[in-house]
Amino acid sequence: MHFRLLGRYIFVVLIILTVWISFSISEAAKSTRENQAVGLAAWESIYSVLTSPRCINCHTATNYPQQGDDRHRHFANVIRGPEGKGVAGLNCVSCHQERNADSTGVPGGHNWHLAPLSMQWQDLNDRTLSSSAVCRAVTDRSRNNNMDGAALLKHHTEEQLVLWAWNPGRRPDGSLRSPPPISHQEFVAATRTWVEAGTPCPKGR
Amino acid sequence: MATFHLNINGSEKTVDVDPSTPLLWVLREELKLTGTKYGCGISACGACTVHVAGIATRSCVVPVELVGDRPIVTIEAIGKDPVGRVVQNAWIETDVVQCGYCQSGQIMSAVALLKDTKKPTDKNIEESMGGNLCRCATYVRIREAIKRASQQLG
Repeated sequence: MHFRLLGRYIFVVLIILTVWISFSISEAAKSTRENQAVGLAAWESIYSVLTSPRCINCHTATNYPQQGDDRHRHFANVIRGPEGKGVAGLNCVSCHQERNADSTGVPGGHNWHLAPLSMQWQDLNDRTLSSSAVCRAVTDRSRNNNMDGAALLKHHTEEQLVLWAWNPGRRPDGSLRSPPPISHQEFVAATRTWVEAGTPCPKGR
Repeated sequence: MATFHLNINGSEKTVDVDPSTPLLWVLREELKLTGTKYGCGISACGACTVHVAGIATRSCVVPVELVGDRPIVTIEAIGKDPVGRVVQNAWIETDVVQCGYCQSGQIMSAVALLKDTKKPTDKNIEESMGGNLCRCATYVRIREAIKRASQQLG
């Protein structure tokens, strides 16, 4: 009699445990899915900045930088050079100084240079790469200077040339250059959310 | 207006100018160093090239306030530089110059190239000199003179 009661008790406990574990797994999966969705949404905000002219003009796949909101080829036959800083006689810093030169319309910032080819966000025909392709590049530590999520957040928060995008100075005609579509504060917040979600990337090519 | 102490061709020069004044106009108008030329005013032609801390720099787009204490060398003093002297001689021996207006900028860029690359290839020359325009189209002789200078520099 006691054994039968004990058996029933164990059976009920097992049922409860099974339901609880299933529920927990389901909740965890739901939470992960929601987290991924939040992270992916944050990534799209980041992508909107990375592919704005202020950023992508120096993340080219070609042997030259671009300029302007229409992303045309940099004038004066400027080329990438072996380290992304132009060549002797025609370096980036031949014109671009430590800060913007608003009186002459030349933008400037510390260590003005092109991003490495591994961080190209457009193709050889200057077409912007897809969100998933840029995300893969940004998160690939063999291509991104070995930056993990925390390092990417720091890069987006502190790097001088990243910050320049929100203080891009005046064009030669005196008008202000357009900044990226969201504020730097929003960009950093989006990066933090994306990193906390595990730097998810959209599926696709 | 503000006062700036500039190290130009080895000497300290003091100028009192608007901080936004391009270095080119400080050189030409304030210091009467007119060897550096005004061409386009937007760094597209290279006629205004000087060396700032050894870097070939387009003086027409660099406000004087951004120069700081970096030494400036202009065409007037490049002949005192061992590489500069050889380049100038090569220019004369090759008879590069036609009208001559762009040539001070051409020489300043060529010196920067040869200080960086002792034996430049045609590609090196095209890339480094690509920002210096010459309306007389002396490009072939410029290339020849750079190669001559390279040989003489060993």
